[in-house]
Amino acid sequence: MTEPVVASGIGSLAWLLLALPAFGAAVLLIGGKRTDKWGHLLGCATIIGAFVYGAALFFSTLGQTGERTSELKLFTWIDVNALTVDFALRLDPLSLTFVLLITGVGSLIHIYSIGYMAHEEGRRKFFGYLNLFVAAMLLLVLGNGFVTLYFGWEGVGLASYLLIGWYQHKPEAASAAKKAFLMNRVGDLGLAIAIFMMFNQLGTTQYTEVFSRVGEFSSGEILAITLLLLLGACGKSGQFPLQAWLPDAMAGPTPVSALIHAATMVTAGVYLIARSNPIYNLSESGRLVVMIIGAVTLLIGCIIGCAYDDFKKVLAYSTVSQIGYMILAVGLGPVGYALGIMHLLTHGFFKAGLFLGAGSVMHGMNDEGDIRRMGGLAKHLPITFVTWTLGYLALIGFPFLSGYFSKDAIIAAAFSAHGWQGYVFGGVALLGAGLTAFYMTRLLILVFLGKPRWKDLKSEDGREYHPHESPVSMTAPMIVLAIGSVGAGWWFATDNRLAEWLAPTLGELREEHGLLSHGTVGILTVAISFVGAGLAFVLFGRGTQPVERPLRVSFPVRAARADLYGNALNETLFARPGTWLTRALVFIDMKGVDGLVNGTAALLGGSSGRLRRLQTGFVRSYALSMLLGTFFVLGALLVVRYS
Amino acid sequence: MSWVLIALLVLPLVGALVVSLPFLRRDDAKAKLVALAFSVAELLLAVVLWITYEPGGPRLQLTSSVDWIAGFGVHLSFGVDGIALVMIAVIAVLIPLVIGAGWAEKLPSGRSAGGYLGLILLQEAITVAVFAATDVFLFYVLFEVMLIPMYFLIGGYGGARRQYAAVKFFLYSFLGGLIMLASAIGCYVLAQDKIGKGTFDWATLVTVVREADTSTQIWLFLGFFLAFAIKAPLVPFHTWLPDAAAEAPIGVTVIVVGILDKVGTFGMLRYNLPMFPEASKALAPVVLVLAVAGVLYGSLLATGQRDMKRFLAYVSIAHFGFIALGIFSFTSQAGVGSVSYMLNHSISTGMLILVIGMVIARGGSTSIADYGGMSKVAPLLAGMLLLSGLTTLSLPGTNSFVSEFLVLIGSYPTQPVYTILATLGMVLAALYVLWLYQRVMTGPLRGTALLSTGGPGATVDPEKAPITDLNKREIAVLAPLVALVLLLGFYPQPVLDVVTPSVGATLSEVGVTDPVQEGK
Repeated sequence: MTEPVVASGIGSLAWLLLALPAFGAAVLLIGGKRTDKWGHLLGCATIIGAFVYGAALFFSTLGQTGERTSELKLFTWIDVNALTVDFALRLDPLSLTFVLLITGVGSLIHIYSIGYMAHEEGRRKFFGYLNLFVAAMLLLVLGNGFVTLYFGWEGVGLASYLLIGWYQHKPEAASAAKKAFLMNRVGDLGLAIAIFMMFNQLGTTQYTEVFSRVGEFSSGEILAITLLLLLGACGKSGQFPLQAWLPDAMAGPTPVSALIHAATMVTAGVYLIARSNPIYNLSESGRLVVMIIGAVTLLIGCIIGCAYDDFKKVLAYSTVSQIGYMILAVGLGPVGYALGIMHLLTHGFFKAGLFLGAGSVMHGMNDEGDIRRMGGLAKHLPITFVTWTLGYLALIGFPFLSGYFSKDAIIAAAFSAHGWQGYVFGGVALLGAGLTAFYMTRLLILVFLGKPRWKDLKSEDGREYHPHESPVSMTAPMIVLAIGSVGAGWWFATDNRLAEWLAPTLGELREEHGLLSHGTVGILTVAISFVGAGLAFVLFGRGTQPVERPLRVSFPVRAARADLYGNALNETLFARPGTWLTRALVFIDMKGVDGLVNGTAALLGGSSGRLRRLQTGFVRSYALSMLLGTFFVLGALLVVRYS
Repeated sequence: MSWVLIALLVLPLVGALVVSLPFLRRDDAKAKLVALAFSVAELLLAVVLWITYEPGGPRLQLTSSVDWIAGFGVHLSFGVDGIALVMIAVIAVLIPLVIGAGWAEKLPSGRSAGGYLGLILLQEAITVAVFAATDVFLFYVLFEVMLIPMYFLIGGYGGARRQYAAVKFFLYSFLGGLIMLASAIGCYVLAQDKIGKGTFDWATLVTVVREADTSTQIWLFLGFFLAFAIKAPLVPFHTWLPDAAAEAPIGVTVIVVGILDKVGTFGMLRYNLPMFPEASKALAPVVLVLAVAGVLYGSLLATGQRDMKRFLAYVSIAHFGFIALGIFSFTSQAGVGSVSYMLNHSISTGMLILVIGMVIARGGSTSIADYGGMSKVAPLLAGMLLLSGLTTLSLPGTNSFVSEFLVLIGSYPTQPVYTILATLGMVLAALYVLWLYQRVMTGPLRGTALLSTGGPGATVDPEKAPITDLNKREIAVLAPLVALVLLLGFYPQPVLDVVTPSVGATLSEVGVTDPVQEGK
């Protein structure tokens, strides 16, 4: 890897990408109520400004030839002898791709939030948090080393915490926010220790130097680093075994779920692994673990997604599962990095659109999230229905829509893995496609089709349901995202456009011929998706789904409803023993350690009676004994001096 | 320019005398103004000190010395290195804020503000002197004298069990000090043997004592270390701190936890490492075990506390584990991390304590269970609790991240296992901070401290709840801390530049070099 050039021309203004959203956040959060009237507009303006600049930067970079990689040093952040951490930005195809995704989807969701949060008290604070998120996320992808990445990494964690806990007067939102932050921190440990190992071995944590000298690690260290980075990725991206926080995170407002917990932040793990491709290229075992995690998560997400009745939680598990696909893809190595990023981008479009659609439905349904209380909403929310359905078709891989190009490519690549891996990972990915079609079709039917089941019901706050289409500020972003869901995959995949653009960062996309040809996989995937969707139509299409959730269900459904016991496992393994350990330690500290101290004092004092005097304040006698002690010491000093 | 340092020592002393004058003792309002004026003047002097100090200059700067007890080679000598400089600076920053935060505090009946603030200024003078002393005997004397105003502050102005806490604090620290005195005398004797003239001069002792054989060093090391381990405090010498923190008035808690404790870790760096290098290396494994135990034990206990002020004490115990880990890992990054941790801990824990003090001032209870859902009625207060919590859990962008990151990345090359164990403290920190926030600030408004107007289980209209958000004075107290938290989080280099040469000198006195070298 060659040394990146110093950013010049339009690139020398790249600090604007961080400064604009950070400025917006600062004004909105410090300004307080004074910004109520125009705060949301400032929030939108800064993000759109960042997007416009990002697009200009993208096109100017596109015009360059060669590596297309430059760096812009802003200042020295931490410098102690051998350790130097610059606050510097790296502008290369991978980071610029993310800049467009983050600011592009970010702008749409900011605009959507104007309408969605219109009745919220403290809307400007919400925009302040959103701006904070965008700034942190841009730092995450633009930083030129692992420490700046870590900065952004924890920064988005904070924004996520604040936004999940937006309705913090609701206990479940507050505990979901804490849970997300905590589980993310578990992952962050991995990232942190990997950074320590890099500094220890190479004396640097900047990408260029780490990647060019990656050969100096022993194979054991490489394996350790790949696994530690994977741990970080699992925390941030809701991958097994750290997936349990993501569905709970749906307690946040829907625009947050769309932006942070679908399109951008949760895909940071995929970014991390793709970014670290020179390290992962060296460890086949490390990549195998990545693939296993991806495949396991992909299945877990699909299975649980089939059983949930909460609109957003089904989508959340769908996100878990789709990120599983991306992790599987980047775990495949040079045949998969670019495919993982491609799926990440198309997923960014259609999943954000699906979430915004869900938000639009809930907005029109008194914030109802239970899909059993919906049905037949297509004619009440026509724009939402059409845009949502396009996103749905893209997700299940309907031919020639976005997901068809990006997901099929991953499935085909999985089949090309060596030996048994091809069968297993290819098979899992294929099965996942069928399950995805099943649970998404169930969602489509229960929400939009069939007979309305809400007519005779009232929402929790006692109001009747009067579903209605959302305002333009909400539908317009949904339409834009729907267009992306339809066309982005085709555009990226044609002539390997995206893969070639990313090649300077991710290496050339290698195509390997595996068990099945690309065409066969395509046909198989479409077929199995149709089977899944058809099955859902057969089961739910008659509109007989009861309003109340049936409780007497078979074991698999029960297990899926209980998140496949992920939460129970966490509870048993960590939470409960931790609580007991803490209680025991508090007891020991009071009775044992402190008791020992007081006991010793009593012993020295000769009787516990004296201790009681001590405790009730006979200090003068102690002052006296101290004085005596001092005389004693001074005497000793004299003896020493004149002996 | 050594007058600056002398002035820093004398000014708060004068302030203490002035506010104790009878006419000010009768007028609380005036006494507060006078005390604040003195503490602000002290802060300005500290700024001058910072500007005067040359980071690349001699080991000790702005030195001055006069004979005290000539027969024993005891001098009144003062001077600062980069480590002492940042500690003196942070004291000067915190004291005006402590005075401002306690402006509306009700003192126990019969006590005057003049007396209280006089003791605080006296405490400031002595503590500055402890960091500035360059004579070992002088250091010992100040180390013990430092206890006296604090004893009266806790015992005279504290909570229900204040006498117990004050005596425990006093005896515990005093005992540690006496053992240190024995070691100091040992050093004196060594000097007498080696160079024919006994002395307590630190710079001379460093060159003499380090030549002693390892077993002698170990005994002398232990004398100093025990005193510092109690002061810092390290587990298992920590039990005085929760009592002292819980019983002291909130401003005094800031001084105990935020400032006095640092004398312990400062002492390890100034006395243990340079004077007893062989012993430091030999005993490092023991200290590291205590350090990591402190991180994990303190964190777990913090999650288990029901009282906010005891919670603060255990949080600090965990943080002192990190500081000790950095000191005894013997790398420049870890060492600089530890010193900046000392500074940043004062700022961020100081802020956390003050904010919790503001919570307690509203609810009148220190029990966590008496609160809930406060963010609804006091959003700004909630924001400040969250921000001070985030810096306590070392979120990047806040000051504490820089120091915790430096400690850990610097310790890893020499102590990978201990470092990885200590890293678990990061998760636990997130747990205890966010859990506290969740219990106090989120959910529906609840808790006997907040709903005093309603019966049990009564839901009170938030409009009617007697809880108000931060007032202007409180905002003015917290604003400088918020600024420091962010400034030192994004641009810590001015502090690191001051500290790095002094830590480098300390490590070369220990005789170690960094495992990771520049340009490797």
